[in-house]
Amino acid sequence: MRRPGEDVPMIEFFQQLSNGLAVGGIYALVALGYTMVYGVLKLINFAHGELFTLGAYLGMTLLLSFGLSGILGPLPAVLIIFAMITGLVGLSGFVLERAAYRPLRQSNRLAAVVSALGASIFLQNAIMLFYGPNYQVYPEETRVTITLSVLGLDIPLMRILLFLASVLLMLAMYLFIHKTKTGTAIRAVATDQGAARLMGIDVNRIISLVFMIGPGLGGAAGMLLGLYYGQIRYDMGTLYGLKAFTAAIIGGIGNIPGAMLGGILLGVAEAMGAAYVAPAWKDAFAFLVLIVILIFRPTGLLGERVADKI
Amino acid sequence: MSILRLRGLSKSFGGLVAVDEVSFEVSRGGIVGLIGPNGAGKTTVFNLITGNYKPDEGEVIFENKNITGLLPHKIVEMGIARTFQNIRLFPEMSALENVLSGCHCRMRSGLLASMFHLPGQRREEQAALETAVKELAFVGLEEQYDNLAKNLSYGRQRLLEIARALASGPRLLILDEPAGGMNDQETQDLIGLIREIRGTGISVLLIEHDMNLVMKICDYLIVLEYGAVIATGLPSEIKKNGRVIEAYLGADNLLEN
Amino acid sequence: MIVRRLPKPAGIMGLGALFILMLALPRILGPYWTNLLNDMGIYAILGLSLNIILGHCGLFHMGHAAFYAVGAYVTAILSTRFAVPILWTLPLSGLMSGVFALVVARPIIHLRGDYLLVVTIGIVEIVRIALVNNIFGLTGGSNGLLIINPISIFGFQVFSPAHFYYLIWSIGAVTILLFYLLQNSRFGRALNYIKQDELAAEGCGVNTSHYKLASFVLGAVWAGMIGTIFAAKIETVSPQSFSYSESVLLFAIVILGGAGSIPGVLLGAFLITGLPEIFRELQSYRLLFFGAAMVAMMIFRPQGLIPPGRRFYKVRPYLGRFPCGIAARSGARRGISLSASPGYPAGTDAGADAGKPARGPGDMIEEQA
Repeated sequence: MRRPGEDVPMIEFFQQLSNGLAVGGIYALVALGYTMVYGVLKLINFAHGELFTLGAYLGMTLLLSFGLSGILGPLPAVLIIFAMITGLVGLSGFVLERAAYRPLRQSNRLAAVVSALGASIFLQNAIMLFYGPNYQVYPEETRVTITLSVLGLDIPLMRILLFLASVLLMLAMYLFIHKTKTGTAIRAVATDQGAARLMGIDVNRIISLVFMIGPGLGGAAGMLLGLYYGQIRYDMGTLYGLKAFTAAIIGGIGNIPGAMLGGILLGVAEAMGAAYVAPAWKDAFAFLVLIVILIFRPTGLLGERVADKI
Repeated sequence: MSILRLRGLSKSFGGLVAVDEVSFEVSRGGIVGLIGPNGAGKTTVFNLITGNYKPDEGEVIFENKNITGLLPHKIVEMGIARTFQNIRLFPEMSALENVLSGCHCRMRSGLLASMFHLPGQRREEQAALETAVKELAFVGLEEQYDNLAKNLSYGRQRLLEIARALASGPRLLILDEPAGGMNDQETQDLIGLIREIRGTGISVLLIEHDMNLVMKICDYLIVLEYGAVIATGLPSEIKKNGRVIEAYLGADNLLEN
Repeated sequence: MIVRRLPKPAGIMGLGALFILMLALPRILGPYWTNLLNDMGIYAILGLSLNIILGHCGLFHMGHAAFYAVGAYVTAILSTRFAVPILWTLPLSGLMSGVFALVVARPIIHLRGDYLLVVTIGIVEIVRIALVNNIFGLTGGSNGLLIINPISIFGFQVFSPAHFYYLIWSIGAVTILLFYLLQNSRFGRALNYIKQDELAAEGCGVNTSHYKLASFVLGAVWAGMIGTIFAAKIETVSPQSFSYSESVLLFAIVILGGAGSIPGVLLGAFLITGLPEIFRELQSYRLLFFGAAMVAMMIFRPQGLIPPGRRFYKVRPYLGRFPCGIAARSGARRGISLSASPGYPAGTDAGADAGKPARGPGDMIEEQA
């Protein structure tokens, strides 16, 4: 078998591309949560990265504890637990909004930012105290280790599954936001809370809902990451959170297709940068891309250019 | 002798032509009204003059200097001050500090002078305070100097904006719906105030929907419709202009008796 | 007046008492707590420098640690490589940090709110990664640089916590004084105008991008200089001291304490550096409580613990000196308007029309004609 490597540049390129797409899918899912919450509350939910971590840990716990994969086989077990994680982390998001953000809804925005930072520190340390400060490993049998060989390209099946899963979730999200009545209500609240309220929309209910969907997706992304890399750590949410938020900003914060585009773009840029430019600077590429894009498009790729009403 | 001249000013926003080859002049010492139905592009013309927007085409000439495309603060420095259609005061600051913002561009103290309160800085600060109090008194808000801008009544907020604009020592004052939200008494007082402003040698260009005010104080009118000038002239001419009556007031013969 | 200054003698006595207390503190508290006071002092000064940008100018800046890092590394590099006496590097640290701020802030200064916030986080992360990667071969990678020379002031060596205490808090006192004066000046007001309404500020003649940039540079210069003191105190300058979470702490100090308020930021610095010490008993739970405390404090004091006070202006000498306003004038006008605007008979229309119900434009025109 030919090893993917430096001697075949095209193959190396597609390897990196597929890796970038997979990681980009995770970024996109997490970015979706940021962008949705931002859309309705104009608030950066700094604790979102920790909810992502929470999803990864809860997924691990559930996979390990009930022996579901033994009874049902790994794939159905993963799917069921995946759904459970989305619900559980969604619930945490709901509680978080009630506890840390709702009391500050009428206050200035910076107060909410600091509250979010506090919530993030709290959650991260809660996870550390519960699970310990070391790396934790996902059960081996739940991870798909098959590698597909397509046209001389060795691509782990997990990568493809991961990308498909994130695209599927994003598609579902897009349809939900744009084709359902609740989705319309969410968009209405995002555009103008006051007007939405006058139209009979229960704004609080919508905000709660968004705080369940966004973190739910983030939690799902966390579990996908665990399945992909096989190991997780309590503080990984900080960097993933920052990068996903960066992705949301690159796409244009508040814009759902923008978050997806930003996430994928960031994943690919990072993989390419690490492979072809400088591996040690991997984590810096996301921010470099961000700065360059914002210099040329100050409201992101798909963000609306808001003209000042004078 | 004109203080401000617009020549073929155009601006469009994403295909929508907001201002279409607008040309007019404001004579030195005049009070010129820019009128027209809602959405005619009046405020956009103002924003083109004050540098908030950059025109696609055309020129803005102020005192024989081409000021097209300069940044707003530069234009204030050159001698054009403005008020905003939807009041934009500094809400959490006192009336006095709001007016001091107008003095800003006439002051010179930089970072170090400000940090060490050098003697020149202190003198300048005193002079600015004097100007600010004078302008507050001029619009009748002297007693409110220590109140936060957000706590003033709507009419007083409009006056405070005028005081702030005057504090920058303009030669042309641009007022965007100065009587908006004012009651009858306040509007009458405003008419007196605008005349006094002109009396101090400042030319005035204003947008106003209150025909009462416009016809009373403007000595020249420019009528805008769909971004283009459809008529100019003395108020007495404008009120007889058939096109204006049709465009601005509807088909009814409101102006005829 | 809403704001009153303390009566002079009481104020002076209060300051004197505070001064004596501050002098005596290291002796009373001992090295451990003095060291904590030193950390508080460093954070307080850093907080005050961030306060210029975030508190006064209202720019969402969450990357202040980057500027602080530049200062600390300038000192460390000059001291270890070129054996430059540490105190000499202080102005250079400030300068370099200021130049760095100018270069990085220039292209992003027009970004708004949260966009700026994320970019500044990005900058602090890029700086940290650059330091870890031993950029220019100067920063020593993730282990950082070890400083061996102590600070020496006219031959007097600064090394014990008490020595640092006096050094840091002297700088702190100077900072408080200068920033207080700055806040009560044209410059300070300009920053506040921008914070409250940038567009209106520009429309009033404030060069907003200049001031935004100036606030960044000033904040960075100060952070850079404190970087020098920090480097001398900690002796090892390494990337983890300048992480994103450090920036978050500084951000929290300003907002918790009260954005734009010097006493607020001081209190914020005391709490943010002091709380973990108070929670020490809780050991590994202390950051958990710290996070919860941040949320709780924001919920109970969203405007910050000590919101900024109002500025004091000596306006008395000018009050009542100028012709009063239109409300008093309507009816009897001021001479200036009569002489300068001929053709407008005074005291007729404004007075006569006052109080009449609103009429249609037609009436009005008739009357004029």
